This record gives sequence, structure tokens and C-alpha cells, in this order.
Amino acid sequence: MNAPGATTPSQTVGPYLHIGLPWPDGPFALAEGTEGGFWIRGTLYDGAQAPITDGLIETWQADPEGRFDHPDDARGARAWPAFRGFGRSATDERGGFGVYTLKPGGVPGTGGAMQAPHIDVSVFARGMLNRTVTRIYFPDEAEANAADPVLSAVPEPERATLIARPAEDGYRFDIRLQGEDETVFFDI
Amino acid sequence: MSTDPDTGAVPLAAGYLRDTGAHPPMDYPGYRSTALRHPKRPLHLLPHLLTEVTGPLLGEGRIGETDNDLTRQHEGEPQGQRIIVHGQVRDGDGSPIPRTLIEIWQANAGGRYRHTGDNWPCPLDPNFTGVGRTLTDEQGRYRFTTIRPGAYPWKNHDNAWRPAHIHFSLFGRAFTQRLVTQMYFPGDPLFFQDPMWNSIPDEKARERLLARFDYAATEPEWALAYEWDIVLRGRESTVFESEVDDE
Repeated sequence: MNAPGATTPSQTVGPYLHIGLPWPDGPFALAEGTEGGFWIRGTLYDGAQAPITDGLIETWQADPEGRFDHPDDARGARAWPAFRGFGRSATDERGGFGVYTLKPGGVPGTGGAMQAPHIDVSVFARGMLNRTVTRIYFPDEAEANAADPVLSAVPEPERATLIARPAEDGYRFDIRLQGEDETVFFDI
Repeated sequence: MSTDPDTGAVPLAAGYLRDTGAHPPMDYPGYRSTALRHPKRPLHLLPHLLTEVTGPLLGEGRIGETDNDLTRQHEGEPQGQRIIVHGQVRDGDGSPIPRTLIEIWQANAGGRYRHTGDNWPCPLDPNFTGVGRTLTDEQGRYRFTTIRPGAYPWKNHDNAWRPAHIHFSLFGRAFTQRLVTQMYFPGDPLFFQDPMWNSIPDEKARERLLARFDYAATEPEWALAYEWDIVLRGRESTVFESEVDDE
């Protein structure tokens, strides 16, 4: 028996995660065609800037009012019943992923400060012994982004890697595990 | 908890304990594929705010009748030795984690995955997909019936073989508790050369990936049994708003 407090260690998802983890509705944090819905698409790249085809992206975010469908959000139930807040997308043969979602609202931080709209992201893949975590921020939130405590703690030159770019059907957010434009990753 | 009626401030739930030391490093030269797949810049500390202390509560309507019995998903019986894998999911404080989604995937008895990329020349089993899911009960308990997976070769180093294992994916109750891991079998002779097992720095932590043979849970003339408990991160002690304000 394991003693309480002793966390079970992480291991890689391995090369065959695609048989177990993807769901048909995984990429849809809400039903396609819902008003306000858009795609966040991107490509996952390795250190040689090659697309990673055996990866998986998961997203977790607040609803457009900045609320979470969870007992630890003290403000009660969400006002967007059709919204799951969670997206899961395996990468395809070109390293591409996509999540159909709504733009989150601002989320309370500490001391009455607000965080800019953001999405927490987990990245899993063969060759990764633990997930990496990053955040997606939005390009049309310059003021909120400037005041965001997490984003402002990141050195200016790297900050851009956390901000999605506008795209035809929503936004684009590429994730680079290494290289000159290495995405900022977080220790959680 | 409720919001402050005067300020509208949202009280923050306590964050989760950082479990540095339990997990393998992202860069582990013994596992070759980590070389191009780990961040090279230092990670930035992410405070545990609302997005991190909440997480998707999944599972309702997602579990089919045979999802926790991988031996009943096809017309015939799969090849191999039937096993029961059961245990309890708790957090670092010892509290059971109820109603959390567990997903598993694994190779068949011969060590082959039902995946187009797996070309190890061992037969596929038409009666085994190797994918299961379940929800923990109110006491955090789970149970799967499956087939003991085989070991298989891979190309990481000369004569490399993966010890038999089952992949586990768990959500917990918060984004910070998300865990993907692997369960191993006691007495496996392949650990010494396996970089995934050896990547875990602490030997005691490594052993937490080992299931325990559970004779009491075997089913006569039907199945062997293994017990494997899983521990997700525990909570920090309660944080008061005033302390948070002082950060």
C-alpha cells in the first residue's frame, strides 16, 4: 500500500495513445455551430521543428462569464449549460490539433485582480515523460493581457508565444517544444 | 464558499501541493525520444488560481456497459490470461477521489497494440481492442477486467524491451491533478533496461507504479487479480485571502 502523500509518478503516453484517449466529441468543448463558437487550431512541433503526429492536446477554460463548472468555483453553476470547458484533440498526421470552443471571460486572480481571458493547455506525446502545460491568451485583449499577473511575469520577448493569432475560423496557436520560438511552459 | 457581498471577491480554494521529485525529468537521455521533446527553457511558476484548482468533471454518459471489461468487448474471448485490476484513487491527503474518469489502454497478451503504427510481428487478437474506461465510485475505487499484456521490443536501444504495462489516464478534480502513468507487474525481469521505469529518480517512487498480486481478489477458475492504488496531488493547507493579498 502506498502512504498518503506519495504521488504516483507520471509516465509517457507512449506512441499508441491514439487507441485509448481520443473521443469522437473530444475537440468540441461545445456543439459545433453554437453562436460565438470558434476553432483554435495549431500544430505541435518538436525540437527539429518537425510536426509531432503522436501527441494530444487538452484544454480547460472558463465560460464567457469567467466561471467554471466546478464546486471549487464559489460563484456557483455556470450560465452556459451546453459548454463543457474541456477540449481534447489528438494531433493528426501533420501534427495538427483543433478545439472548438467559446472565448473565456476574465477570471479572478488574487487580491481582487483579474486575469485576462486564457485557456490552460496540457500537451502529451511519446517522448514526454510528463505533460507540459502552457496557456493560450487572446490577441484582441491587449489591455487585459498587460494587466494579467501570469503573462506579465513572463519576459517580454517570450510573451508572444502565449498569444494566439487571428485565423479565418477563429485563432491559431502553434506549440513549439524547443527552438528559437519555444513556447513558454509552466511549472504547475 | 460564497462570494464576498461587498467586494464581489471570489475566495480561492487552496492550491495543490507541488510534487517535485515524484516525477521523471522531461529530459532523460536514456529515453531517446525525450531529446527533441522537452522544453529547454526554464519553466515559469504558475500560481494555482481558479483555472488550476478546477478541472473537467467528466464521465457521466461516457461509460458504456463493457467499458471496464476488456474481455467482453467482442464476440469471442480474447487470448491470454484474464486479470482483474482494481484499486483506490486518493489524493495526497489520503482522501478518496470519487467519480473520476479513468481511461486505460494496453497491448494484447502477445505485446501488440491494435494500432496501425505497431508492426511488431506478433499476431493481433480479433477479440481484444485493449481500451477501457470507468469512473471511480464514492470511495474512489475502480475495477477493470482485462488480459495480462505482453512485453514487446522497441528501438530505443540495443535489444530494448518494454516491461508489461497498462497505460492509465486520470483527471482527478483539478487541472493540477491530471495524471497519465503506467501500471507495471511485480517481478518483471525487464525493469533494469527500461528507461521509462528508470527515469523516475526515486526508487520508492518507482515502486509506486508496481501493482500488488492480490490473491484474495482472484476469481476461482476465472481470473488472477492485482491491486494498484493511485495517488494524485494533495491540497495545500487552506489559503486565506489576506495571505494571498500579501503575495
